[in-house]
Amino acid sequence: MTARRLDTGGRIDRTRQIDFRWDGKTLTGFAGDTLASALMANGESVLGRSFKYHRPRGIMSAGVEESGAIVTVGEGARREPNVKATMQELYEGLSASGQNAWPNVRFDLGAVNGLFSRFFAAGFYYKTFMGLPPFEWGHGTGLWMQYEKLIRKAAGMGTASREADPDTYDHAHGFCDLLVVGSGPAGLNAALTAAKAGRDVLLVEQDFELGGVYLNDPEAEQQRLDLVEAVRAAGVRIMTRTTAFGLYDDGTAGLLEKVTDHLSRPDPHLPRQRFWTVRAGATVLATGALERSIAFDNNDRPGVMTAASAQAYLNRFGVQPGERIVIATNNDSVYGTAAELAQAGAEVTVADYRREPSSETPTGVTVRTGMAPLSAIGKSGLQGIELAREAGTSWQKAERLDCDLLLVSGGWSPVVNLSSHRGAKPVWDAKEACFLPGETSEPIFHAGSSAGIWTREACEASGIAAAKKAMGQAADTLAPGGWTTPITPLYEVRLPNRQSKAFVDFQHDVTGDDVRLAQQEGFVSVEHLKRYTTLGMATDQGKMGNVIGLALMAEALGKDIPDVGTTRFRPPYTPVAISALSGRNVARHFKPLRRTPLHDWNLRYGATMTEAGLWHRPWYFARQGETIAEAYVREAATVRETVGICDVSSLGKIAVQGPDAAEFLNRVYTNGFAKLPVGKARYGIMLRDDGMVMDDGTTWRLGETEFLTTTTTAQAGKVMVWFDELLQTRWPDLKVHVSSVSDQWAGVSIAGPKSRETIAACLETGEDISNEALPFMGVARVRLKGGIDALIARISFSGERAYELYVPAASGEAMMDLLWPTAEALGGCLYGMEALGTLRIEKGHVTGVELDGRVTIDDAGLGKMASTKKPFIGSALRQRPELLREDRPQLVGIFPKDRSQRFNGGSILCRPGDPEGFGDGWITAVTHSPALGHWIGLGYIAGGVDAWQGTAVLANDPTRSGDVEVEIVSPHMVDPQGVRMHG
Amino acid sequence: MIRINCPFCGTRDHSEFSYGGDGSIDYPALDATKEAWHDAVFMRDNICGVQLETWHHVHGCRMWLKIERDTLTHEIHSVRPAHPGLAAALSSEQEAGQ
Amino acid sequence: MTRFSAWSVFKNGLTGQKGWSRQWRDPEPKPHYDVVIVGGGLHGLATAYYLAANHGVKNIAVLEKGWLGGGNAGRNTTIVRSNYFRPGNREFYEHSLKLWENLSHELNYNVMFSQRSHISLLHSPGAIDAAARNYNILRRTGTPDAEIWDLATLKRAVPHLNYSPTSRFPIMGAAVQKRAGTARHDAVAWGYARGADKHGVDILQQCEVQGITREGDSVSAVETSRGTIRAGKVAFAVAGNTSRLWTMAGLGKLPIESHKLQAFVSEPLKPLLDQVVVFGIGGAHFYISQSDKGGMVFGGDLDWYKSYAQRGNLPIVQDTAEAAMSILPCLGRVKLLRHWSGLVDMSMDGTHFLCKTPLSNLYLNAGWNYGGFKATPASGWYFADLIANDRPHEKIRNFDLKRFERGLQIDERGAGPDPKLHG
Repeated sequence: MTARRLDTGGRIDRTRQIDFRWDGKTLTGFAGDTLASALMANGESVLGRSFKYHRPRGIMSAGVEESGAIVTVGEGARREPNVKATMQELYEGLSASGQNAWPNVRFDLGAVNGLFSRFFAAGFYYKTFMGLPPFEWGHGTGLWMQYEKLIRKAAGMGTASREADPDTYDHAHGFCDLLVVGSGPAGLNAALTAAKAGRDVLLVEQDFELGGVYLNDPEAEQQRLDLVEAVRAAGVRIMTRTTAFGLYDDGTAGLLEKVTDHLSRPDPHLPRQRFWTVRAGATVLATGALERSIAFDNNDRPGVMTAASAQAYLNRFGVQPGERIVIATNNDSVYGTAAELAQAGAEVTVADYRREPSSETPTGVTVRTGMAPLSAIGKSGLQGIELAREAGTSWQKAERLDCDLLLVSGGWSPVVNLSSHRGAKPVWDAKEACFLPGETSEPIFHAGSSAGIWTREACEASGIAAAKKAMGQAADTLAPGGWTTPITPLYEVRLPNRQSKAFVDFQHDVTGDDVRLAQQEGFVSVEHLKRYTTLGMATDQGKMGNVIGLALMAEALGKDIPDVGTTRFRPPYTPVAISALSGRNVARHFKPLRRTPLHDWNLRYGATMTEAGLWHRPWYFARQGETIAEAYVREAATVRETVGICDVSSLGKIAVQGPDAAEFLNRVYTNGFAKLPVGKARYGIMLRDDGMVMDDGTTWRLGETEFLTTTTTAQAGKVMVWFDELLQTRWPDLKVHVSSVSDQWAGVSIAGPKSRETIAACLETGEDISNEALPFMGVARVRLKGGIDALIARISFSGERAYELYVPAASGEAMMDLLWPTAEALGGCLYGMEALGTLRIEKGHVTGVELDGRVTIDDAGLGKMASTKKPFIGSALRQRPELLREDRPQLVGIFPKDRSQRFNGGSILCRPGDPEGFGDGWITAVTHSPALGHWIGLGYIAGGVDAWQGTAVLANDPTRSGDVEVEIVSPHMVDPQGVRMHG
Repeated sequence: MIRINCPFCGTRDHSEFSYGGDGSIDYPALDATKEAWHDAVFMRDNICGVQLETWHHVHGCRMWLKIERDTLTHEIHSVRPAHPGLAAALSSEQEAGQ
Repeated sequence: MTRFSAWSVFKNGLTGQKGWSRQWRDPEPKPHYDVVIVGGGLHGLATAYYLAANHGVKNIAVLEKGWLGGGNAGRNTTIVRSNYFRPGNREFYEHSLKLWENLSHELNYNVMFSQRSHISLLHSPGAIDAAARNYNILRRTGTPDAEIWDLATLKRAVPHLNYSPTSRFPIMGAAVQKRAGTARHDAVAWGYARGADKHGVDILQQCEVQGITREGDSVSAVETSRGTIRAGKVAFAVAGNTSRLWTMAGLGKLPIESHKLQAFVSEPLKPLLDQVVVFGIGGAHFYISQSDKGGMVFGGDLDWYKSYAQRGNLPIVQDTAEAAMSILPCLGRVKLLRHWSGLVDMSMDGTHFLCKTPLSNLYLNAGWNYGGFKATPASGWYFADLIANDRPHEKIRNFDLKRFERGLQIDERGAGPDPKLHG
């Protein structure tokens, strides 16, 4: 190919020269160029290497279907592999390089693969590389994995950066009455028609200019400008550089807007790309059609490309793509291009497969009828083309024409991808030799050449008609077609007994022979064909090759194309950067972070935070030089000796109100709530429908018809949804209102012998909170100094005398500023989750680790809380036999036999000398107990404590530390009588 | 995106809602047999086609809805509040409006 | 039929690939088969293969309404692992893994089972303990390759993850199964089909079951788009369509709900990730590996609502991309090439059914949740055993439809009887 830039013509701006880099060389192009057109103008012909055989590849098209010029753009963290050079706008400083080649795309040692191509037929890897039959059952993959390493290195295309992408990406949302995809003759007219009728129209165009095929036609420029102006004036919202990549339910479209990919120095405040979710009332698809190739020997050589792309390079980019040009065609569409190329000074010969080609032969063009391309000559640069003539049912060699550019038009494939996403099955049209869009009951309307309409006037009319239909108005459907002389289908040209490399899928190196091999081996359906040969699975997703592959399969089977099937397209239409889909919700912002009202206060007072679901909660408050272990042991000990304060604001809090509130709670909890007196709290367990424990917490009766229910942090959302569901769907007769008040209250637990003293010192009016006035499980409204209204409940998770104190969230810090100096003066501490864990393990209180969704209330040792006097959620299904077995694992405490030893959570409990099987139980949680002076744990073991009295048990932890001998004890390891908490 | 016309909030993306389950299940009384509960909790028609189902407008009004939706096409045929009292009130309001 | 080997590939390379024949026949349906397996997916084909190979059953048909392997066989993310730890599942999936390890040789078909390790990331001391419980069980039950890794070991093995301590969920370690990995899904379908065909199994494609004819409490025939086929025994292995066939057989409800699960593949890249990496915290769920062709293959959660549509919606695309970027931030400029979805029959406890049914000669293989692909060999193996012997093997006796009546829920996640939560 001897392409050169013309001195005049095209849409490029010759006054704005652009320097860019290709494989380290500095080259020059112009504003308005794509990377492909600029490379072509610079005479670069080999731009890529194919997937399997590493064959040299050049520019094959001027659009999204590009399968040759696939390159890497950018460097370092901004390196983007697998960019179609035809879709990359040129900008100052753009740096691009070849890929899938070593040392470079022009000379690639990987091309040695081509020498062995006869062995690398479709699916060959399923038949070999299995290694030797295994010598031992279960060791059969060793050799394959050695081969695999080599295969993986050879496969792949570009190389991804190893660094995090430094750019930002946005998500945006949109609505419109009508979404028009594509701004060619059909799209512009559709948008204009609907906008004039008062519709809110969104027009999206993947190109950086509006106009579609108008852009390749200098004579249509005024018409284009007028139309675009009219469209703007009618109020159409226009998005260029925006691809509608997928259609989804209820008129939703996914759009990718490339915001800065064409800019040399983007505004740092702009995202690189935006992912739009648009909800459209109706959609007009004016997505055009893509020109097909023809399979013949060496049809992938640099210098072979689609005919229409030559028109684009000539008329849009001002590049004469070749001097001696042969155009191989089977349809009318190339004749305009031929005339224009001839006019630009090229020697042009059209080899038209049809006997009766187009009525007019353009001046300066030679036409050879009944000829088809047989074999391209030349390797990295095209030298000529051997033509063939049909002889009966076969072909015979005809003549050789010298050329430096071969343009091929094997027909046109309407872009039906987007409607296919909606399940509209494309329909084969034998007359036009293409798939037309299928039927859909959704308001999606194809227009223009995407509906198989080939003439510009008809495309324009079809755009108007489609818009009318989208508005619910009557309009004629324009018939597909429009060529003067019909297309004669032609998919492959080959001599019967000559080896050839006739590519169907250029990127994946799938040849006509591969398709026939698939047929020979029984892979005859289109889905099998695709999977066996990898046809259509490359980055163009079959835009160039699928129809040819299907046609060759049909021929091999002696069937018609529709009988072989049609392929279903899947989104995205063109590849979409993963970061555009993720937008800003990544890294630190991956999921929302929930903070309690005391979050900042805790941090100010030295908290180290830990994850608790989406929450950050204080883990421990280390004093100078303390490790976590030292800190939590000190904190837990301090609670038992004096007093500690812990932020419990993340607990779920639900206001349950109404005349039937008590009845509702009575049904939800296993234990009774109907008789709970006002001013009292009760610990409750709720089960799922299937009888397993769902959650636990305390419920406070604040009034006759008013309760405050607390849940665990983890289950807060779920319990709230559950209450909503029960009240609205199952028990609508209950007069109860539930509202989540989790975020409205800041809460702390104040625990320890001096907890009462601490709180009393903070009360404004000296309310009586003595043991008599506020006994264990008592609830009261109090007022803290400074007029802070508070709810107080005497509840203990730690086993100490303890209170939960809730104040309005905004007063949380003020509450802490009162409580903490008081507690500190009494020798108290702040404590976090780790010490909380220690205290509750010592007491045998369960949390989510123990209530893991597979545990019954009896397993957790709380069976006595299941009422026998009333039914409740789960009461029926908890009676199933497996759940009543005596040997079910039950909650126990665990001590190391040698008290100086420690053991791990997650260890399996088993008998000594029993290293296999599921064991008898497991350890859920461990801690160093300051109260007992050694490590302790909670866990489950079959049959519970009674079954293991005096029996040796092993805590077996083979993935980490090994074995520790343990004793099974009651889970209530400290103060089992509860003297301390009642005192 | 499935678009759900919430009777309280208007048409919204399905991502604001969470799918509950089969809306045709009549949960038995709490004191019913475990066999009756087994069938309600574990057994499903799993219809391919139009089914009655529950959705929760969890990121909206928090109302539970009963929706007739085609599980093959995702097309929604009707939406009403799951709470029968609210459903009745809404429909009588609509009638009054007409 | 030509035996596949390096030699046969070489020989055919020299002779223009002339020596290859159909990998399975395309027979006409016979009026009667001893066993009719409905569903030409992975499980149906594997069942046919083992029925013929292990039990010597001769007269078997596999009925496929489309093209074999066209359902979930070609739609999954190809992960094979056995890190299930509930009794029943544990032995079953471990047996499956052992069959996988020898499958290419067994079938004389390279299913490309690559034991490249399955790595579940852990983000808190509690999560490490919870994982250790499961992986300790694995160690104790025939899976010596189960390991808990600290951060340093993980960083050496998988260098490009997001190890930033300021990420939303900093990584603290990983639970690893080294013998786990990926396999080439289509090859599994084709390998079993070829193997079954070699044993005389008739694989009938484009043969849709349209009716089930019963004689009392047994099935006498299936009505298909290719005519009536009488059957001695009938077996269903039709993920995504189980309830429809169940209704056709005049049976009632099932503890199954069909959902759709999306999957994603990027453009091909030179090697970037050598293992399967799984990430699940904060309500997210994400898994990723790189195929031998170079595409990053990944997936996440269900679309969260019941569906029979084999196409997904954007919210999950977005969620999955967020997880991908959060865990592998170098994927930023890597592009998504294709996304699609498959139908998964989610069960009430997240565990499958391999069992007899209320009809005396009807057998059910269903409810595979996320686990269908990895289960393929064992599913076929035990289902064949069940059909041949008309009694469940001891190892699968709890995979029956009555287990919930007994109170047995084989619930790996503890999510309870809500099918969508078992992803």
